[in-house]
Amino acid sequence: MIPMLEVQHLAKQFTLHLRGGLQLPVLHGVNLTVHAGECVALAGPSGAGKSTLLRSLYGNYRAGAGRILIRHAGEMVDIASAPPRTVVQVRAKTLGYVSQFLRVVPRVPALDIVAEAAPDRSQEKAAALLHRLNIPTRLHALPPATFSGGEQQRVNLARGFIGGHPILLLDEPTASLDAANADIVIAMITEAKARGVAIVGIFHDAEVRRRVADRLLTIAPLQDAA
Amino acid sequence: MNEDTLLSARGLTLHFGKVPALVNVDADLWPGEVLAVVGESGSGKTTLLNVLSGRMRADAGVTWYRDPQSRLHDVHAMPAPALRALHRSDWGFVHQNPRDNLRMSVSAGGNVGERLMAAGQRHYGNIREAAIDWLAQVEIDPARVDDMPRTFSGGMLQRLQIARTLVTHPRLVFMDEPTGGLDVSVQARLLDLIRSLVARLNIAVVLVTHDLAVARLLAHRIMVMQRGVVVETGLTDKVLDDPQHEYTQLLVSSVLQA
Repeated sequence: MIPMLEVQHLAKQFTLHLRGGLQLPVLHGVNLTVHAGECVALAGPSGAGKSTLLRSLYGNYRAGAGRILIRHAGEMVDIASAPPRTVVQVRAKTLGYVSQFLRVVPRVPALDIVAEAAPDRSQEKAAALLHRLNIPTRLHALPPATFSGGEQQRVNLARGFIGGHPILLLDEPTASLDAANADIVIAMITEAKARGVAIVGIFHDAEVRRRVADRLLTIAPLQDAA
Repeated sequence: MNEDTLLSARGLTLHFGKVPALVNVDADLWPGEVLAVVGESGSGKTTLLNVLSGRMRADAGVTWYRDPQSRLHDVHAMPAPALRALHRSDWGFVHQNPRDNLRMSVSAGGNVGERLMAAGQRHYGNIREAAIDWLAQVEIDPARVDDMPRTFSGGMLQRLQIARTLVTHPRLVFMDEPTGGLDVSVQARLLDLIRSLVARLNIAVVLVTHDLAVARLLAHRIMVMQRGVVVETGLTDKVLDDPQHEYTQLLVSSVLQA
């Protein structure tokens, strides 16, 4: 088994300078190894720091301590200490992330948003993936700003999955979806695992979690230090 | 200096009287990278752009530029004609007000073609063809190639300025608030245009903006300036989503959510 992602002694706290330097410790001593083809679900109550961990793994949040090793181009790269340009490269080739909400340049059609994320920029593949996620052709040429929450989430999922990244981070990928569309996403996650993609995700829906996750990592809320 | 940077500055310091505009500023830019410089008015961001591009001199510090033959040049030690030649070829400068760059008494096509002529091209047919091609690339109807810029809207003028700047295929473009002063709908279109052109042509950009949303959509990296000091720098989404410095936290928390 190949370890794709290895978190060692990760800690994260926020310092709120505008609140008199208030310290908010969120994560402490987090360890996690994810192998190729494996899906680990982050569990724990709301506010425990699941999204904070996922964002730290993507290099979107700055780790306070510890290492986040990502297998990139045959080497383990520490996202927590890598220079920004390295993180940009790791994200382009290795590390994909599906956020809860779509954030894109206004005016860009849904099809282009997805195609831009494809390694070969293929519009055909983008259209096929959007169809699979039940986004009909008539919507492909429209910017997603006017789409429903569920449609936007599916555009976001298409954009996340088309990149073919060997590691995927999923933040509530089925949160706004009905059962039929959630089933499609579950099938996509299952296929990605079969291809050897390592996945870390937050799945609030217990049924979805049961069907995709091989293991759980429970994040316990830290006591407030204040 | 790292082997492959296109532009590197160290220790840039500049005072206007007693007011610090730049305090010991370091900056690096790699080919194809978009670097946003953000901060409030008076933070020194436009001064930094002017110093990096050689339009203004610092009291102290050095700026190195690597030319296509990989030779290093001290931007502030270059003879004026060499710097002007650089600004006409491998560099571009997009001003907030397109009228600062365009010649309003020359046709749209002439504005684009002029930069090619300055770069040594002489064949009228080729120049006109390139101008028409660039008008199309910035979504201006090529039928307007002979129209005067004064008949253009603000958004069109800005797109014309971008065509004029990019026609020589510069590797490095300085942009000062390129979407400032435009209607929001026009801004969105321009943002999309800049983003796709920069990515497709692999242009490095130093982008000055006070608009954090513009920085987020266009820039790989970001520098936050306050009173001439770079208080925070890093990956754009990391600095905006998890700001470490008190001033960055204030900037991020002050943005209205639309």
